[in-house]
This record gives sequence, structure tokens and C-alpha cells, in this order.
Amino acid sequence: MTWLRCLMLGALLALPVQPAVAQDNPGPLRIEITEGVIEPLPIAIPTFIAETPAAEEWAQRLTQVVADDLTGTGLFRRIPQDAFISPVTEFTPQVDYANWKAINAQGLIMGAVSVSDDGRLTVKFRLHDVFAESELGQGLQLGGSTNSWRRLAHKVADQVYSRITGEDPYFDSRVVFVSERGPKNDRRKRLAVMDYDGANVQFLTDSDAIVLNPRFSPTGDRVLYTSYETGFPRIYEINVGTVSRTPLPIPGEDMTFAPRYAPDGRTVVFSLTQNGNSDIYRLQPGGSPERLTSAPSIETAPSYSPDGNRIVFESDRSGTQQLYVMPASGGEPQRISFGPGRYGTPVWSPRGDLIAFTKQNEGRFHIGVMRTDGSEERLLTASFLDEGPTWSPNGRVIMFTRETAGASGESALYSVDISGRNLKRVSTDGAASDPAWSPLLD
Amino acid sequence: MHFPRLAVTLTLVLGVAACSNATRFGPGAEGQGAGMGPGAGMAGNAAATGTADPSSPAYFQNTVGDRVLFAVDQSTLSDGARTTLSEQARWLTSNPEYTAVIEGHADEQGTREYNLALGARRASAAEDYLISQGVASSRLRTVTYGKERPLEVCSSEACYSKNRRAVTVIAAGGTPTS
Repeated sequence: MTWLRCLMLGALLALPVQPAVAQDNPGPLRIEITEGVIEPLPIAIPTFIAETPAAEEWAQRLTQVVADDLTGTGLFRRIPQDAFISPVTEFTPQVDYANWKAINAQGLIMGAVSVSDDGRLTVKFRLHDVFAESELGQGLQLGGSTNSWRRLAHKVADQVYSRITGEDPYFDSRVVFVSERGPKNDRRKRLAVMDYDGANVQFLTDSDAIVLNPRFSPTGDRVLYTSYETGFPRIYEINVGTVSRTPLPIPGEDMTFAPRYAPDGRTVVFSLTQNGNSDIYRLQPGGSPERLTSAPSIETAPSYSPDGNRIVFESDRSGTQQLYVMPASGGEPQRISFGPGRYGTPVWSPRGDLIAFTKQNEGRFHIGVMRTDGSEERLLTASFLDEGPTWSPNGRVIMFTRETAGASGESALYSVDISGRNLKRVSTDGAASDPAWSPLLD
Repeated sequence: MHFPRLAVTLTLVLGVAACSNATRFGPGAEGQGAGMGPGAGMAGNAAATGTADPSSPAYFQNTVGDRVLFAVDQSTLSDGARTTLSEQARWLTSNPEYTAVIEGHADEQGTREYNLALGARRASAAEDYLISQGVASSRLRTVTYGKERPLEVCSSEACYSKNRRAVTVIAAGGTPTS
């Protein structure tokens, strides 16, 4: 267990680049790190065994989603099944490790699926560290309805990911986003939620009003967003399950936008505009809006630290957009961004260690991360227009909006590892923007 | 004093024009052009497209000029913008039955939230100027669209410069709504 896990941790923390070669294992195992590019770890994922006749199709589908989750991280490479020396026909704890070593499978995932007469799926799996010739963690059994088969697969993949990397899981999660249709000068926008991998899309609003910047509650059951349904931007909260929505109880008719929940899931921080001046306000349950900033400059895009004690936000009080941190009840902000260019849309990592942001410099947009004091800034992406980062529940991956230039320009969702590796487009049906990742589901 | 007097003159000229046919309105508009800035030159077009009624929102949009443009990341009004807004104020003063919503917009070079705030600043700059020219604040309301509603869709300054705008949208009476 230990070397596999250490190697993968090394791979994840790829920035201080060190050739991670297992010292006690000079065999074929090797993860090559070259300028931050890591050779994915080869793993074998034989199609899960169907233990009941009706489980055949479920076994195929579950195996595929588990494999897609793991290879989608860029940390794993799935060995083609036709390379296997002997077919896997039984779900047993006994493994002929030599056969898997021979094809250089570092990890082996064995699984089995059964489905009961009343439509209940059960999936069992074991993870093997081939070169250590032992199981990595205990075998595990998960159950659920066939409707939730994807979640079962994500949970299996989460277990494998966590055991090998030592990181918290994130596959069993959802993303709320803005689904876009129509040309650039007549864009139709709808709120939608989907699984983190783009499956199971569900629309939450119709396209009559512009909707922007949805944000999940810390419990994942509600979403804050900005809507123009009255003709003016105002903040609403929608229950994801019932799709019932209510305006955030802010008196008056001032424009409000850029909402985000505090970690308590009840307090909301947002921007409110009066006489053209946008400042940051806080609304606690049953209270009135409290003004947290008072400057003639633009203050917006607030985001709480995970402990709820501080708020990072953007302000152009210095003349250009920069990032500032202030106490959660207001008070003197400290500027944390000092590099060239402009910084916006800061988002505190769920681990509390980093702040992700959008940066504009020399006509390009970047997604980047920095420590919470502004040090160790690293840019992860570059394009015509990247913006609006959101963190995976484990703080390892960032999803954001990338928009292409010109009359046919379109928005899409992308994700990137915080090492800067594994940049890829997230599959959505049509154009999409403003992603916000949910917490890990229960 | 200067602006109110001009407003009265404008009302008289337009009043005559409103009673005339479209072809006779043309020369009247040229007369305005000499003393009253841009927008008047479009009167011929406006007449041709049936927006000659000088108290109509269409006239405001096409002839008075319903929008002002801004420099990159700025919300200060240029001299040209002030001229246009002065004309807007005169029209609004002369047509008290109307209210207006001023829309602030940004180009696509910016983050969504910042552009919302920037659009609000621009709309507010235009609103403040209209109020300074005598339009009752109760007749005006602002809204920001940030970068959500570009007019032009190319990704170069030729389009961006037209998208960085504040547009005064005329509505009939009552509380300004979008």
C-alpha cells in the first residue's frame, strides 16, 4: 500500500517536481515526471462480474463510469482488457498477481454487481496493489436503486481514488451551471444541474430571464443565483429538489448580485448597488442587510474562508481590480494580489489553503491559484477568456468557464487540476457557463 | 437658463414639425443641427422610417440619440456623451408623460461580476447627468446588464466600443420598469 500511495501523492503534488521512483521497488513501476507532466499510473479494471443474469448490463455500465472517473483525473491509465493474460470470471479475494505484474498493472480493481428482483443494485469491489501483492483497504459493498447506478459507480471510484492518493474524494458530486442557447447578442440562459461529469442534466429555470452566477449551499440542497425576472438583477434562492424559488429577502429595489453562502449555509454575502456604487453586504437569517464595505469603488465577488471567519473579494479601489481579504463582519481589508494585471472572482478553497481567481493580463485571461496571503501565485490556464473558477469538494480540481472569441464565440465548461495538468472540456449538451461545484453528496 | 430656453425652442420647432408632413420636417431638423448637436442629422432617416413624431419614443431613440459610449473600463462621460444626454434631458423634460430606464453595458473583456458593477456605474453616470439637467429622479431608473447583452458580436475594439454603452430606454408613464 505505502509505495503506491506515496507515489500517487507525489504525482498529485506535482509542483515541486521530483522524479518519484520507488526506492524499494526498482521493478517496472515508474512514474515519470517531466516538467510537471506525469505518466499516468497503469491500472487494470476488468469488467465487473455480473452475479445475477439481470446485472450484466449494469456491470458493464458501472465499470465504464468507474474507469472514466479514474482516467478522467489524468492520474490513471486503463490497461485494455484484451491485454489481460487471463480473463476475470469470478469475484474472489485470490489474485494471481504475477499475471497482472506481467502487463505492468500497478493497481487492479475487481468488482461484482448484482440486481435484486425489486430493482436494487449491489456493487462490491476490491482494490489490489499488484506489486505489493496485497489489497489496498478493505473490500467494500455499496447498494442503491438502479436509478442511482451512476452514483454507485462514482462512490466506487471515489474509494479507489482516495485509497491510492490519500486525498478526499470528489466524483460523487454535482455541478450547477448556466446552460446557454442562441447567438451572442441574444443569449438565452437557464439554470441547470448535472453530475460532475456532465451526466443527468436537470433544468431548474426556463429561459425567460437572464440567470447568472449560481452557487451551491454547503449542504448541496439549495442554490443562490441572480435573475432578471423582474427586469432588474436580484438574488434568488432555489431548492434543487422541489425547484421552488424565493427572492432573497432584501428590502428595496436595489440591484443585487454575486451571492455566496457562508459556511453556516444560512448567512449570505453579496453585492448591492446604490447610485452606481457596488459594495459588499451580508444578510444573516432574520436580519437586515449589513454593509461590510463602504468605498466609492467596485466591491464584488465575495467568498468565505471555510472557517467562516474571513471574506475574500475583489475591489478596484487601487485603480484596477485586485483581491482583498477582510474579517467576515467587515473591517479593514488587506490586499493580497500584487502581480501584473487585474484579478477578480476569488474563491476560497474548501481546504482553506488556496484562493482561486481569474486574472486578466496583456489581453489574455487566466485561471490561477495563490496562497491565502497572496504568495506563490500560479497561473493554471490561458485563453481568450477564462473566468469564474469553482473548487471540487476536495480542493484538487478547478472548473471554470472558457469562452471563444468572435461572432460565433461560445462558452464551455473546463476543468484543470490545481497542478495545472489535465486541462479538459467538461461534457455538456450545448454551451454552458458559470459552473459551481456542490459539496460531496451524502 | 441656457438649457431650459433651448428646450422650449426645441419644443416649438418640433411642435411645428409634428404638424407638418415628413418632407417639411427635414429642413426643420437641419435647423436644429446648427445649434443643437448631433442626432438631428438623422431626422431625414427618422422621417423616412416613420418616426417623425417628435414626442414618440422612436424619435427619441433615432433622432435624439438614446445611447452614449464609454472608454475601456471607464464610466466618465465624454463631451459627446454630455451633449447627447443634454438632448435626452430636453426631450424628457418636454415629454413628461414618459419615464426611462437607463441600461448600463460593458464589453466582454472582463469578469461577469465586475462588468455588472461597471455597467451599473455607467448607467448611474448617465442618470446623474440627466438629473443635473432637470429630469426628475423619480422618472429614472437604472439597470446593469454587464456583458450579457452585447449589440455587436465581434471580438475587437470595433465592436467593443459600441458595446460599452448606456442606453436610455423610454417607457410610458408610471414607475420606470424595464
